[in-house]
Amino acid sequence: MAVWIIEENCTGCGLCAKACPYGAMVIEDKLARVTDRCTECGACLAACKFEALASDIEQEPIPDLSGYKGVWVFAETQEGKLLPVSRELMGEGGRLAAELGQDLCAVLVGSGLEPLADELASLGAKKVFLADDPRLAAYATLAFTRVLADMIQAHAPAVLLMGATPLGRDLAPRLSRRLDLGLTADCTQLGIDKETGNLLQTRPAFGGNVMATIYTPRVRPQMATVRPGVMAPPQARAGAQAEVIKQEVKLLDSDLLLKLMSFTPLASQGVDISQAKTIVAGGRGCRSREGFGLLAELAQEMGAELAGTRVAVEEGWIGVERQIGQTGVTVRPELYIACGISGAIQHRAGILGSRFIVAINRDANAPVFSVADYAIVGDVFKVVPAMLAALKEAR
Amino acid sequence: MNIAVLVKQVPDTNEIKLDPKTGTLIREGVESIMNPDDRLGLETALMLKDAHGAKVTVISMGPPQAIDVITEAMAMGADGGVLLSDRNFAGADTWATSYTLGKALEKLLAETRLDLVIAGRQAIDGDTAQIGPQVAEHLGWPQVTYVSELKLEDGSLRAWRKLPGGVEEVVCPLPAVVTVLDAPQDPRWAMVDRLLWACGPKSPIRVWDAADIEAPAKSTGLRGSLTQVMQTFSPKSERKTDWIEGTAEEQARHLVNALSQRNLI
Ligand SMILES: Cc1cc2nc3c(=O)[nH]c(=O)nc-3n(C[C@H](O)[C@H](O)[C@H](O)COP(=O)(O)OP(=O)(O)OC[C@H]3O[C@@H](n4cnc5c(N)ncnc54)[C@H](O)[C@@H]3O)c2cc1C
Ligand SMILES: Cc1cc2nc3c(=O)[nH]c(=O)nc-3n(C[C@H](O)[C@H](O)[C@H](O)COP(=O)(O)OP(=O)(O)OC[C@H]3O[C@@H](n4cnc5c(N)ncnc54)[C@H](O)[C@@H]3O)c2cc1C
Repeated sequence: MAVWIIEENCTGCGLCAKACPYGAMVIEDKLARVTDRCTECGACLAACKFEALASDIEQEPIPDLSGYKGVWVFAETQEGKLLPVSRELMGEGGRLAAELGQDLCAVLVGSGLEPLADELASLGAKKVFLADDPRLAAYATLAFTRVLADMIQAHAPAVLLMGATPLGRDLAPRLSRRLDLGLTADCTQLGIDKETGNLLQTRPAFGGNVMATIYTPRVRPQMATVRPGVMAPPQARAGAQAEVIKQEVKLLDSDLLLKLMSFTPLASQGVDISQAKTIVAGGRGCRSREGFGLLAELAQEMGAELAGTRVAVEEGWIGVERQIGQTGVTVRPELYIACGISGAIQHRAGILGSRFIVAINRDANAPVFSVADYAIVGDVFKVVPAMLAALKEAR
Repeated sequence: MNIAVLVKQVPDTNEIKLDPKTGTLIREGVESIMNPDDRLGLETALMLKDAHGAKVTVISMGPPQAIDVITEAMAMGADGGVLLSDRNFAGADTWATSYTLGKALEKLLAETRLDLVIAGRQAIDGDTAQIGPQVAEHLGWPQVTYVSELKLEDGSLRAWRKLPGGVEEVVCPLPAVVTVLDAPQDPRWAMVDRLLWACGPKSPIRVWDAADIEAPAKSTGLRGSLTQVMQTFSPKSERKTDWIEGTAEEQARHLVNALSQRNLI
């Protein structure tokens, strides 16, 4: 495959250069040019509005997909309870199902999970597909893959969403390859293409530096994993009922090969900042454990959870379970207060779902201000004590 | 013991910066590197080689210049390398990438026994973390993901999986596919004599195209991809920023007022 420019049509508008994730397209003398950085990924082809880009790629035909119906949510559980991300997916899945005019369905795989069907109904499920078997009590990649593959083949859904949790990101690629399905990773936004009904799956790539919208034109179900903490959970409607459809569980011995020998939980557990309503977070600008003591005071005054950047974790000022960002937790509080945080892309990635963001930083050019609703250019060690005083005054 | 390690050449995304004026990415001078998780995967393989003796082969799919990560891997201690390069491989999604890597592994398997395939957990450009499990499915082998340490036992492996809540210790029969996100020691340095060997006329690096691995055009590259990139854009914030001026006291009072008006405190 190669990409080239049809010069008569090119206006030098630069849309292709913007779309290229590799910076391989340049505009020179009002014409686009493909440089040797091109990896031929094809992202530019869709961007051109002037039919000025061509490639020698052949398109595979799109078969009739109208038989695939329903938006399925894989309801991940832990110790017999739904994970928060499962609820978030029910909210998002419900929205997509309404737009498609199809049913929202939940999938439960495990042992003794039938009681959760009512909760899933209250979250909008019309049907609950249940695979219940003692051998499924603990997660096993190959066993869950087989059960889900059987369910999908029996019922032909149009969409399957899973949480981008460690389990989801272990299971979804395995399943997608078994059934030869397209899979989009770690989505932060989903939508429906009005014309085709395709699922539009938007996700960060390149460490959060690029957003890409992906679609799956010619196979069903369209699979996506969705980042926890990004979508809003639905309002629960008590008393709603769902039809429970039991799946016969057929496993091979070879599906249960992996043996769990031990599990060592992380030492300092217990907080889950992904659910916090207010968060006070600090970074290198807070300088020390004492500096974080000041933040802790502010957090206590506001009824907030304390959190921080990777630097704050590496310095030992807070525990790793309180790290926010790409390699930490994604949060969606009502209020997020960033103190002495530069706002590196990997950190920003974890806070974009916050309703309001306050940033306090002495450098007016700090990237954190680009996502702030309230910006205070100033010294943390002056502004935070002043906030404490103002809060006490206001009480 | 034969181990294959999957390595990908990626742009160093940590070096990518946003242009504050236009909000677009500045990619000038961004280097191509071996994907960090793959370097850890290679170190894991080389530690097994040190302990038990093993033949380590690295495999990379990419444009011709991706040979650089193969020579680097061999300079670090790998014994052989395969570059999968063909115009038809370009633009592959993870389905097509895992298919192509899978076909190459099948060809290796026809030549020799393979006990273990090690991949990185995640590549820092595509960022999907899907290739390891998909290659495992292609081969029909079990998978162990998120591994930070690996030991070999009689016919099986013992692995420690680093998960957000803690560390899981598992035992899995061989052959298997493992994806790693850490290693017990820092990846070793490349050695000059090995680099000269890997780049020289006696280099055992092989380059395979689509015909060599019997991968049909309809199953590789953009054409074989099941997902397509519709558009890419820079993440932009839609927030309107209220810049609060004044002394620290004035700023603090203004903020507290604004937050309580919004019922946030
Ligand atoms: C693959 C990868 C994954 C990563 N994952 C994460 C992640 O999950 N989470 C994360 O947070 N980071 C992550 N990082 C690290 C990230 O790139 C940044 O290095 C980190 O977020 C910076 O932390 P910081 O803001 O505390 O420190 P710095 O970037 O050093 O910023 C300190 C800020 O404090 C300000 N400051 C200093 N003194 C004061 C003062 N007295 N008053 C007010 N302001 C002051 C400075 O102006 C500066 O802006 C990751 C990096 C990589 C490469
Ligand atoms: C912006 C953007 C978004 C994308 N989003 C998706 C998506 O959502 N779904 C999708 O299916 N495809 C997607 N792709 C395509 C995807 O990046 C490619 O298929 C890529 O070849 C493999 O995916 P990855 O980089 O995410 O690898 P990962 O799955 O993150 O890589 C894991 C490990 O697999 C091995 N590996 C990966 N690629 C190679 C290789 N070429 N050679 C040798 N070993 C390798 C390495 O050991 C690596 O550490 C996207 C591409 C772009 C540019």
